[in-house]
Amino acid sequence: MRPARHCEARGDEAIQKGGTARLECFASLAMRGTLATFLALTLTAPAVAEIPLDERRSGFDLMSPETQAMQRDDTANPGMLWVGEGEALWNRKEGGAQRACADCHGDAAQSMRAVAARYPAFSAELGRPIDLQGQVNLCRARRQDAPPLRFESQELLALTTYVAHQSRGLPVAALDDERLVPFREAGRRRFLERQGQLNFSCANCHEDNWGKKLAGNIIPQAHPTGYPIYRLEWQGMGSLQRRLRNCLTGVRAEPYAFGAPELIELELYLNWRARGLPIETPGVRP
Amino acid sequence: MTQHDRHRTTRRAALRAAGALALGGAAVAVTRTPAAAQTSAAQEAARKAAMQEAIRQVVGEAKVTEGKVTVDIPPLVENGNTVPCTVVVDSPMTAAEHVKAIHVFNEKNPQPNVFSLQLGPRAGRASVSTRIRLQDSQTIHAIAELSDGSFWSGSAPVIITLGACLEDLI
Amino acid sequence: MARTLINVPPKAKRGDVISVKTLISHVMESGYRHSTTGAAIPRDIIRSFAASYNGAEIFRAELYPAIAANPFISFHTVATESGTLEFKWEGDNGFAQTASAKITVE
Repeated sequence: MRPARHCEARGDEAIQKGGTARLECFASLAMRGTLATFLALTLTAPAVAEIPLDERRSGFDLMSPETQAMQRDDTANPGMLWVGEGEALWNRKEGGAQRACADCHGDAAQSMRAVAARYPAFSAELGRPIDLQGQVNLCRARRQDAPPLRFESQELLALTTYVAHQSRGLPVAALDDERLVPFREAGRRRFLERQGQLNFSCANCHEDNWGKKLAGNIIPQAHPTGYPIYRLEWQGMGSLQRRLRNCLTGVRAEPYAFGAPELIELELYLNWRARGLPIETPGVRP
Repeated sequence: MTQHDRHRTTRRAALRAAGALALGGAAVAVTRTPAAAQTSAAQEAARKAAMQEAIRQVVGEAKVTEGKVTVDIPPLVENGNTVPCTVVVDSPMTAAEHVKAIHVFNEKNPQPNVFSLQLGPRAGRASVSTRIRLQDSQTIHAIAELSDGSFWSGSAPVIITLGACLEDLI
Repeated sequence: MARTLINVPPKAKRGDVISVKTLISHVMESGYRHSTTGAAIPRDIIRSFAASYNGAEIFRAELYPAIAANPFISFHTVATESGTLEFKWEGDNGFAQTASAKITVE
């Protein structure tokens, strides 16, 4: 008898007496299943090879048809609300300089085309990689004389969504600037390193077990092609950094602070890993 | 952590196990307390009763016939926080014969109502789509009130699974 | 001001049944959640949505906490004449938002 049916049967009897047999049955089977998975994850050697370039798939391919439909339809994709908001902010005069993004960059559809595809980029000024939201705040400081927008604020999400949306359909660029290499390698090492109370590395799930189920969802390969995404769990828009922090919470590790160099290095490596895949912003994910 | 939160954690943990089992996947260790799980059974009964009462508020003592109403919800959902839901009522939508109202109810959320609509012959088609939040696997019920005063119903079951690597509530 | 996204076909033939899609950004706080300190987060939802076509109401919905954040509502109406469709959302804490879309009916 299938496990679920087996537990339902136990539960039906128990419900007559007001017991918890069904839940206990599921729990005991889950523990055995969990044990098997734990053993598999702890005993396998860490993956060193990347997923072959032609086997890479966006997380989009692994979603349910309904969620895919939500992303495909611009009239129903909630992320488009942030694109609209971003367009308004793009044209708004800001800061002491009273200058709008548009005043320097003109029409975003022209000037921002393919820009998000090549981020994180090396910032000569800072001597390290900078991601798109970091670049927005750097522009605000240097050109608009305006304070930085807070991480995960609606304005920062709207602007980065609007800019990244201008790269939709374009491939993630091969971020092969030589100056990025040490940072990219740091990100790669972190991707392969076990961490947290559950002692999993990113690779354990996203390289070795992609396509299999974890709780209710299929494990994706973890390509950041849709960011910022509308995550159904958040019922809102969020950045790649927010999602990475969720991953770290998922393995019961202390999440790095927003803006931490570790997160930028991971972003850099993940985008390198996704080179050539088309950008989907705004993505919808479960 | 409040009683409510302990109950939620229990239910989420149990769902995680149930969802993983039903789909043959791996599950993170389940933590739960038997006492909270028993409250769950009683609460479920109370919420079902609340739904019956909410339906009674709409239809009164009138007879409700099953039919004409289709509730279109994916049977297995990746995340209960945003579930697409479409309700369609088979009706010519003429001045003489049309759907006046559609009411949608749930069995297990803290509140039984989901949404209520008023329509008329100007709608052309009695079909509405939205996105709803469901706390647990349950059946969604829709009641349509026609212009001739009759009530018709339809329902659809949906299994809610839980994702992995979720954010803590801040 | 909450951002809205409205989709109405810009042109239609008289008598056609057209699909209207609306999206509005709103947190739809259910009132059933608690913060990590245990404090209840108060309810803050859109309670009603109404659509009118050249002034005549064609659709009305009452929304409850079970509606997901950033409510998406899609319905149908008969394209009767050229003009303006107007939409109004109202909710807790005095929330009110309107939007409109034009349609040409030949």
